[in-house]
Amino acid sequence: MVPLSYYLVLSGVLFACGVTGFLIKRNIITIFMSIELMLNGVNLSFVAFAAHWHAVGGELAGLVPLSGQVFVFFVMVVAAAETAVGLAIIIAVYRNRETLNVDQVNLLKL
Amino acid sequence: MSIHLILFLAFGAVCVAGAVNLLAQTHPISSALSLIAVMAALAGEYLLLGAEFVAAVQVIVYAGAIMVLFVFTIMLLNAGEEERAKGSRVATLFGIPGVLLGSILVAWVLLRHSGTEAVAAGGLPGDPKTIGQLLFHEFLLPFEITSVLILIAIMGAVVLASKPPTSPAGGPAGKVD
Repeated sequence: MVPLSYYLVLSGVLFACGVTGFLIKRNIITIFMSIELMLNGVNLSFVAFAAHWHAVGGELAGLVPLSGQVFVFFVMVVAAAETAVGLAIIIAVYRNRETLNVDQVNLLKL
Repeated sequence: MSIHLILFLAFGAVCVAGAVNLLAQTHPISSALSLIAVMAALAGEYLLLGAEFVAAVQVIVYAGAIMVLFVFTIMLLNAGEEERAKGSRVATLFGIPGVLLGSILVAWVLLRHSGTEAVAAGGLPGDPKTIGQLLFHEFLLPFEITSVLILIAIMGAVVLASKPPTSPAGGPAGKVD
């Protein structure tokens, strides 16, 4: 038996690593990966809360059981869509600027 | 120390090590591989929580499809080592102690006030059958809306990544290739 808080701490650590990467990284692709890391951290807390909710009998209160896992499914779908569009944007930016360094992409127009 | 806790700590260690390695590496491919390790270890955590379907989708969609997209883009754009930016002194002075303080505080609050409530190992209905029934009954409308979102994302990606029309003036849009 692992306490719920352990999962939450791990989730928080992953999210914090994602935020740190988002802030300190200069490569636009790595920044995008940090966003994925944040999403993964949130997913872990969703699943942990779903299992916890099931363990304490939360569905007796009239709530749909295992909603957390379904939410994780939706988060993954949205993340996949976001990745497809985001990487397309990165390709478009690279085509225009010929750089992946976010410090050199600081103008709204060419 | 139960086997459940040992497995949790092992997968968690891989997760954190991968996340830290993602930050430490300078080459995007190394970061991508660390992220794959994080996602695979997270799938193990999901299995520990009884979420079999989510674990499978995590490996197939996240560690499979999404990371392949990332690696493919890195290859396509020929991304090399990133140059390090000079960190500002204020960030070093206040940021690192602030982060340490905040994380210690959060961990303390979580560990202290969660009591003995525990997540049971296995026995939780997270199999594909249950999730599928939920998806097609209670969450049917969000599920269908998601398909529209995917369609829009596909069209958006195709439009964004397709080659722009070459401008007659020979501007930056038509210069590449």
